[in-house]
Amino acid sequence: MTDTTATLPPGNRNTSSPGSSFVRTLYTYAALFLVASIVLIPLVTTALGGFKTLGDLRTNPFGLPAEWQWANYLEILFSERYWRMLWNSLVIGFWTTFLTLAVAAMAAFTLAHVRFFGSGYLLNYFLLGLMFPVATAILPLFIRVRDLGLLDSYWGVVLPQVAFGLGMSILLMRNFFRNVPNELFDAAFVDGCGYIRFFWAVTLPLSRPIIATVGIVAFVQSWNNYIIPLIMLTSESNYPWPLGIMSYRGEYGTAWQMILAFITLTILPTVIVFFAAQKHIIAGLTSGAVKG
Amino acid sequence: MTTALQNWASSARRKIKENARPIRREEPIGPARWPVLVLFMPPALLLFTIFVILPIGEAAWYSVFNWNGYGRPEEFVGLRNFEVLFRNNAFRQALQNTGLIMLVSIIIQVPLALWLAMLLARKIPGVVGFRLIFFLPYVLADVAAGLIWRFVYDGDFGLFAAIFGFFGMETPYVLADRNVAIYAVLAVVVWKYFGFHMMLFIAGLQAIDKHLLEAADIDGASGWQKFRYVTLPLLGPTVRLSIFFAVIGSLQLFDVVMPLTGGGPSNSTETLVTFLYSYGVMRMQVGFGSAAGVVLFVICVVLAFTYKRVLMRND
Repeated sequence: MTDTTATLPPGNRNTSSPGSSFVRTLYTYAALFLVASIVLIPLVTTALGGFKTLGDLRTNPFGLPAEWQWANYLEILFSERYWRMLWNSLVIGFWTTFLTLAVAAMAAFTLAHVRFFGSGYLLNYFLLGLMFPVATAILPLFIRVRDLGLLDSYWGVVLPQVAFGLGMSILLMRNFFRNVPNELFDAAFVDGCGYIRFFWAVTLPLSRPIIATVGIVAFVQSWNNYIIPLIMLTSESNYPWPLGIMSYRGEYGTAWQMILAFITLTILPTVIVFFAAQKHIIAGLTSGAVKG
Repeated sequence: MTTALQNWASSARRKIKENARPIRREEPIGPARWPVLVLFMPPALLLFTIFVILPIGEAAWYSVFNWNGYGRPEEFVGLRNFEVLFRNNAFRQALQNTGLIMLVSIIIQVPLALWLAMLLARKIPGVVGFRLIFFLPYVLADVAAGLIWRFVYDGDFGLFAAIFGFFGMETPYVLADRNVAIYAVLAVVVWKYFGFHMMLFIAGLQAIDKHLLEAADIDGASGWQKFRYVTLPLLGPTVRLSIFFAVIGSLQLFDVVMPLTGGGPSNSTETLVTFLYSYGVMRMQVGFGSAAGVVLFVICVVLAFTYKRVLMRND
């Protein structure tokens, strides 16, 4: 805004004499730093808290540790439990992402390019899934998974997660696939290429951006999901990390220094990946929302 | 001679048109469609039907039975589950809290996000870093965020204890006090989700034509006038979208509440989903829990439809 007003003749500016522009910048920074500190202080104290003794934590929750207790973090890093949790989350996340991409891409391709009776109705059928939170059907879902014998297995978590992500994924992918130029189709079909080969050879390679978006959304949602694993998994060796930290907290009660170290280590992968791939993640998570 | 030729040409053209039209419209040129239909549709259709649509239907079916989940539902009770539900104080509290969360999301979180997006729209150094920081809580798992705040609020160890201790006051146990606990939860909800709404607004602001703001400048509009009469109306669709997400999010709030309070103390922070979990799932009262699910479902449908009808008509 400041740079646009700067090009105007001075008589027309009524907001930005050099002084008031300085005040505005100052105000902007003050506000931004205030909000940033409200966001960051809980996170930083959590990470630092893991380095403290319980007594230190009680007298001095804000500051740096009196003595850096690496033992807290090391104990967790050398425990089987921590790695097993992350592994469980990773496996569940991988299969959820893979299946979401495969199943949604095939359906979206068909809905985008193949004309058949009822394709409009089918699309609307899938869009129904956008409206309902998982919670509305969580009890029947539990009974269904139990009757299928999938309780307390990865698949009992993966399949419902994929199913509830399908509405959004199909919608996003179909909108993207529709933009593949028609000339490509005509050319491919004249050369005797069928729908399925066209899907493999033309649509998928052209659709990397949307595959990345849908994949990121599916993985992040699976990585952070709590309610579906909470209901489907019973043995702790299968717990993904959100369930794992809850049971860790249940066991350690008020040994907050350990719990804080544990939280820090479990959110660390998310934070690292977020900062490394922030552009894609932000684009994925918000575009998924906007286009829906 | 020439007329004959013209006649022939025009009739040929007509023929081509007549032939061309049905081909384009009804029988698209191209390979057989059945392999792709048979191979590509069923996986999505099956998964979606089995794990989404059928359970939602079954919730309605189970909700008229008294059933503990074993064997077949046999004890038909009609609408008694719903009757008991609406007489249940915890459920009423949950409804009320869900309404409160919605309200706070709309009147505090959405304006806060818009305000920050406006600040970050200025081209000053460090803007990208602030965006990242503000978006960070949204990326963290709700459970982790809830646990972190549980520590912050802890009366013995947490930041609250330190702050109140610094001023020499007695530390309140916010999460254990049934009158304040819900506000503590609300603060965490705003902390967790404002970054998402802010990103929506940043995207919306970037789509606004800068010339309009320049034109307003030339006309001598003040900063507030530019916001009120140019930016805000153009952001209309984004605002409605943001409110829509706030409403849907409030209806499903669960993950944040569980580590903070689990719905307590004495049900004062119960949401619809925590109620469903602790009364339906934990006690395996499938009929009763399903009835709560059906109520949630009906609220979603009604809100989604009225919202689409009333507010999103033009988008």
